Amino acid sequence: MASDRLQPMRLGDRLGATLRSVFKLDPVLLFFVALIAMIGVVAGYSAAEQSEAWVERSIVRLGLGFGLMLLIAQIPQRWYFVVAPWLFAVVVLMLVAVWLVGDMGGGAKRWLDLGVIRFQPAELMKVAMPMTIAWFLARRPLPPRPLDVLAAMLAVGIPTVLIAGQPDLGSSLLIMASGLFVLFFAGLSWWYIGGFVALVAAAMPVMWFFVMHAYQKQRVLTLFDPTSDPLGAGYHTIQSMIAIGSGGVWGKGWLQGTQSHLDFLPEGTTDFILAVYAEEFGLVGLLVLFLLYLAVIWRGLWIAEHAESVEGRLLAASISMTFMVYVLVNAGMVLGLLPVVGAPLPLMSYGGTALVTIMVGLGMLMSIRTQRSFLGHDR
Amino acid sequence: MKAAWAFITRWATWLGVRWRAGVVLMVFAFAAVMLLGRAVQLQVTERDFYAEQGGDRQQRVQTIAAHRGMITDRHGEPLAISVAMHAIWIDPKVIGAHPEAVTRLAKILDQPAAELQRRVREYGSRRFLYVARQVRPSLAEAVRAAKLPGVGLKREYKRFYPTADVTAPLLGFANIDDEGLAGIELSFDELLAGTPGKRRILKDGDGREIVDLGVVQAARPGQDLALSIDRRLQYLAYRELSRAVEEHDALGGSATLMNVATGEVLAMASAPSFNPNNRAAIDPSLTRHHSIVDQFEPGSAVKPFTVAAALASGRWQPSDTVDTAPGYRRVGGFTIHDHRNYGTLDMTGLLEKSSNIGASMLAEDLGAQVIWNTYRGLGFGQVTGVGFPGEASGSLSLWRDWRVADTAAHSYGYGLAVTPLQLASAYVALGNGGQFVAPSLLRLDDPPETRPVFEPEVADRVVGMLRSVVSPTGTAPEAAVTGFQVAGKTGTVRRLGEGGYSRTDYNTVFAGLAPASDPRLALVVVLHRPNAGKVYAGDVAAPVFQRVMSGALRMLNIRPDNLPELPAGQIAGDLPSVVADSNRSREAG
Repeated sequence: MASDRLQPMRLGDRLGATLRSVFKLDPVLLFFVALIAMIGVVAGYSAAEQSEAWVERSIVRLGLGFGLMLLIAQIPQRWYFVVAPWLFAVVVLMLVAVWLVGDMGGGAKRWLDLGVIRFQPAELMKVAMPMTIAWFLARRPLPPRPLDVLAAMLAVGIPTVLIAGQPDLGSSLLIMASGLFVLFFAGLSWWYIGGFVALVAAAMPVMWFFVMHAYQKQRVLTLFDPTSDPLGAGYHTIQSMIAIGSGGVWGKGWLQGTQSHLDFLPEGTTDFILAVYAEEFGLVGLLVLFLLYLAVIWRGLWIAEHAESVEGRLLAASISMTFMVYVLVNAGMVLGLLPVVGAPLPLMSYGGTALVTIMVGLGMLMSIRTQRSFLGHDR
Repeated sequence: MKAAWAFITRWATWLGVRWRAGVVLMVFAFAAVMLLGRAVQLQVTERDFYAEQGGDRQQRVQTIAAHRGMITDRHGEPLAISVAMHAIWIDPKVIGAHPEAVTRLAKILDQPAAELQRRVREYGSRRFLYVARQVRPSLAEAVRAAKLPGVGLKREYKRFYPTADVTAPLLGFANIDDEGLAGIELSFDELLAGTPGKRRILKDGDGREIVDLGVVQAARPGQDLALSIDRRLQYLAYRELSRAVEEHDALGGSATLMNVATGEVLAMASAPSFNPNNRAAIDPSLTRHHSIVDQFEPGSAVKPFTVAAALASGRWQPSDTVDTAPGYRRVGGFTIHDHRNYGTLDMTGLLEKSSNIGASMLAEDLGAQVIWNTYRGLGFGQVTGVGFPGEASGSLSLWRDWRVADTAAHSYGYGLAVTPLQLASAYVALGNGGQFVAPSLLRLDDPPETRPVFEPEVADRVVGMLRSVVSPTGTAPEAAVTGFQVAGKTGTVRRLGEGGYSRTDYNTVFAGLAPASDPRLALVVVLHRPNAGKVYAGDVAAPVFQRVMSGALRMLNIRPDNLPELPAGQIAGDLPSVVADSNRSREAG
């Protein structure tokens, strides 16, 4: 009798063990990630006007993304840090190249055309940055000494400025954040953190008057009053807020959202998929989704906490934090609390490059969890 | 602070992470709660607002144009009808993003593409712009089939006037939006217009109509309006009038034909006229109807009422005479002239010769108040109540203010002003046994109320006397109608110019009734300032009267009362020829 009851548990255990040891995947993280991706397909199907072709494309992309994650997870974590400094150097060179000969795409120099593929080096930097800073700090006494902090800040600052100049303010801020998160988890003194916060506060007016472009300012201004330009910069925000607001507590039901289906809501399958989801699944749906994201982040931080090496811990923590920032920025934008920046919602928004970055990060998390020199008994 | 750290540490321990990670998790949780708070605000607190906003953006209530009622003549013949058409409109903001759609639309509508593109650019920020109005259905269908973004169709109607200039000043016209702007179209606009309906549609972000959610409120078509006008008589009156206006180089003129028994206006023509079917070319100065909007001094045309007042007073008998020698008379410092010295005249002679002196003597005897009461009773100085926009009331000052000369002047039609419609109504009263009937432009189903002005014997007597006016010795032999006895009166009135009454410019009027033995029709013909040599009413207005009246009597199959003496037994055989005659003229009309 007792053995019968234990049967399914043993099966689950065996599945988890297989995933861990053979596929080098963390079953808990995989579960939540897959669930969010499924929700993304369900919401996207509605946003894409029930196009089956879209679903096919979406599933193929997700399949490739999970494949990439699986691939990255096979790489033992120490290899990352062998590659990290070189990758960092190459990407910085690419950024300089973009700065010099970049392809204009959508009015901004972001693309590098290598003949075979055309890609944004900034996306690569999102991966390279936390790896490099983690590699750098892990080889020095922690908490980091002032000189090391300065060196790390320099390593964070150069790509940030290069990317901000493309101009791609959103990416540059995310990359800067991913580097600074490593510093934070390396045990950076609260004095430094306080000082940095003060610096950011002081820099804001400078950014406003000397760095930001008119369209960026417009986005920020529109945030405070979306109705000031209802057909221009405020259009996305207003339509998104209407979609979410009209959803109510329980939502209008799947495929019943009117704002998105009548083409009022732009970018329904990409940056604003959360609005489509919230219109159809309501407040309850949003709550469930946030809990899932919270679970992913918690698992990421948990993996960091239980990482074997210092660099692995720092990298895992930074990846989780960056993931969190993505979610918060996108949700804030869709809910009309933050300016409209081109920030996708991880795992849900339809888009190639962003998915690659996210999946590479998740793959590294998996690797940090499973590729250990000896396996402990901590779950 | 310490408690907060302790809280975070405890949770972090429980979650299996160290405290820096715990702080991060708390930050995320806090941010997530803030975002959820925002979601609660949007989805719970302000839900209705956003739901409504969404509805406002997706749903549009379109108006459905109501069919404007038809205006018909008394027999149901259409005088103004609305034909279904379409308006093509664009949303410049939407179509502006699709230059190829602009080109295609221009091609379908056969408009220059460059011009349409220019307009799309110029009004780029607007959301509604008509590009074609009153487009025929086949073309509208072609536009609909093209399914262009930002292009919409709207059902509308085009007003069409089959009788064109014949009825134009009377009917007025409706504008491109089917709103009455003048004439009957304006005064009965509310009745004709109907109530536009409402239709709810679902549209997409590009403004294209997606789903028809159905009619919220059906358009209620306007009611049809049957006028008292008889289209054939109207055509006849207009034809003869406009010919005379041209022939005599008159400023303008009117012909008002009324049914004596009911007060219904059977024809009311005004010339010169205009073509209401070509709105762009309408000259506003031509849109006034001379029968209703113009007032003029009626002159001798009111003398029958002075005579009737004298007979009604009992102080004068038809056979009583007045001595009008030597052809002029001083009253209150003014000199009254007759055309020439008529000597002694009885009442009939007074009317036949149109003696101002005779009329003034009667008025002097009766007193100002009696004249005023008579005119007032006939409706002078008051609007008739036919409800025509811009109707003139005429003018009749209070008798207390009259000096002796004023009383005399009023007796032969100076010092007061009437509209041709008022004058026709007064003659209707005379022909109707002294019973005043308010004129009507609408077909009446019930006999109207009447009000006595004169005793029947008095009215009939005066009508009898008026027959002499069209006799060879009267002022208007040209008004005589073969086969019928005609009672009428001329008026040749000096026009008021800047320096008083003109010696060269006249208004001419002929007002009359037929058949005189039992009046059925009253007709007033007015021509303003004939300028081609002939100025007397007997030469200018009377021939028009004769042609319109004879035609009307025949068309209406009214029994002749003045057939030449025929040998007994042949009357029955002769009558069909009259009927045949009337049929001929009907075909001609």
